[in-house]
Amino acid sequence: MTTAWSGAALAEAIEAFAPGSVEKSATRDVWLNPNSILVVCEGLKTRSEFRFDLLSSVTAVDYIDHFEVVYHLTSLPMNASAVIKTRVGLGRTDASVPSVVSIWRGADYQEREVWDLMGIRFEGHPNHKRIMLWEGFPGHPLRKDYVTYDQSIETGITASNEDGV
Amino acid sequence: MAIKTQPVTVNLGPQHPSTHGVFRMRVMFDGEEIVDVEPVFGYLHRGSEKLAEERTYTQVVTLTDRMDYVSSMLNNHAYMLAVEKLAGIEPSPRGVWLRMIASELQRIASHLVATGFLLQDLGALGTPLIYAMRERENILDLFEMLCGARITNSYLRPGGVFMDAPDEFWPALKRSLVDILNTIDELETYLSGNEIVFSRTKGTAVLPPELLINASITGPMLRASGVDWDLRHRNPYDYYDKVQFNRILHTASDNYARYWVRVQEMRESLKIIHQCVEQIEPGPVRPSFDEIPRLIRPPVGDAYVAIEGSKGELGFYLVSDGGISPYRMHVRASSLINLTLLRDMLIGGLFGDLFVTFGSVDLNMGEVDR
Repeated sequence: MTTAWSGAALAEAIEAFAPGSVEKSATRDVWLNPNSILVVCEGLKTRSEFRFDLLSSVTAVDYIDHFEVVYHLTSLPMNASAVIKTRVGLGRTDASVPSVVSIWRGADYQEREVWDLMGIRFEGHPNHKRIMLWEGFPGHPLRKDYVTYDQSIETGITASNEDGV
Repeated sequence: MAIKTQPVTVNLGPQHPSTHGVFRMRVMFDGEEIVDVEPVFGYLHRGSEKLAEERTYTQVVTLTDRMDYVSSMLNNHAYMLAVEKLAGIEPSPRGVWLRMIASELQRIASHLVATGFLLQDLGALGTPLIYAMRERENILDLFEMLCGARITNSYLRPGGVFMDAPDEFWPALKRSLVDILNTIDELETYLSGNEIVFSRTKGTAVLPPELLINASITGPMLRASGVDWDLRHRNPYDYYDKVQFNRILHTASDNYARYWVRVQEMRESLKIIHQCVEQIEPGPVRPSFDEIPRLIRPPVGDAYVAIEGSKGELGFYLVSDGGISPYRMHVRASSLINLTLLRDMLIGGLFGDLFVTFGSVDLNMGEVDR
């Protein structure tokens, strides 16, 4: 059975090698300062107490007043999992976070997907382009303020994309 | 004497019969050698994650069917486990056994498609694919008995499945298990020792295990490189801790190893189904509507659940704001992430190996683009 790191234990272990990087912790999650993502992830991957060699998933959630980038980590040798989160773009401006592609190559397409659909910039990504939608697509559809064509018919608010998609 | 060549960029797809749907690549060739590859995604992007935000938790099942459309049951399964974790639902035992049977049948169907199309990509036009598809047809007939649908099943509900298997399902399943085993034997007789298959697949697109792990690649691709990582064994969900099966490993990590792992995994899935049939007991297939209403409102929070899909770790991340539909749904699509190393696999290889490598990755564009 995969053991999930509890938020408190993980926060303590991260603080031990990267002081000041943890903002808060909950039952299963740890919130990090976006500026310390690279240092913490490097430590989570290489340090012998974690060995998170597989990045399961990178995604983001739009919480209206800020965005949250969520990383699900798995350690194959320890059979353990952990969730780290970071809050970016407070006030919906300048949402950006350092890219972890240099640590886990598996983040490549997933970060591009988050940029494409949620509009969070990943600083240092080697190929920072849209992935699903085409270059020039107006807006980022998974944001809560994106108005789809159907929603514009129902509410009368102008659709974010005038092509009707 | 070497002939001087000039690099040429060729566009492959999205309307190409060997691209497993609508995959597009811009490939730069120097003679027959591939010097650069750029995959272009998005031709099947339907915005499922956005659509899910406007549907109730039960309605979203229909969207998951259409993601990886050759393994809908597995998508249903992963999604329902995430909903159950989010809402704290205890599933009914009979429903769990039924969905395990459905999932393993679907895994066989998916691996059959992968194997059939790999051989099709190798140039064995028709015959192996027809053999594989004939058996998949059997499995789809079983699904039709279970839920009335063959491909877009929507069979699972929070806490189990929506209806019990009819009486005629069990003898039909028994017959099909024998037929499937015969077909696997037949395929293996023709293919696993076939010299053409050997010369075309052995030693091509070799990837070291450390690189695979670093690129988040899971499933048969990872096990073909000798890494013992199967979520059914390492993190057993449902009743996978009550069934015995072997983990199939190969060490070559080439196209042949990936083919071989899939074929052997079908045999293991058959074993799991036999054990499920032995252990299943009568009872309700899902909790009653008094216990779990049709409209569920999970408490505020988030949940991530991953299962061993046919192509790798298939995860669903759900966020609830306490309402009747997910605030956010994200799918960890193994087909997309397994393509991360496409450039490493193809660059330096020959044009003839391109589609073979592509077939051995086993991707589904419905899941890549969602």
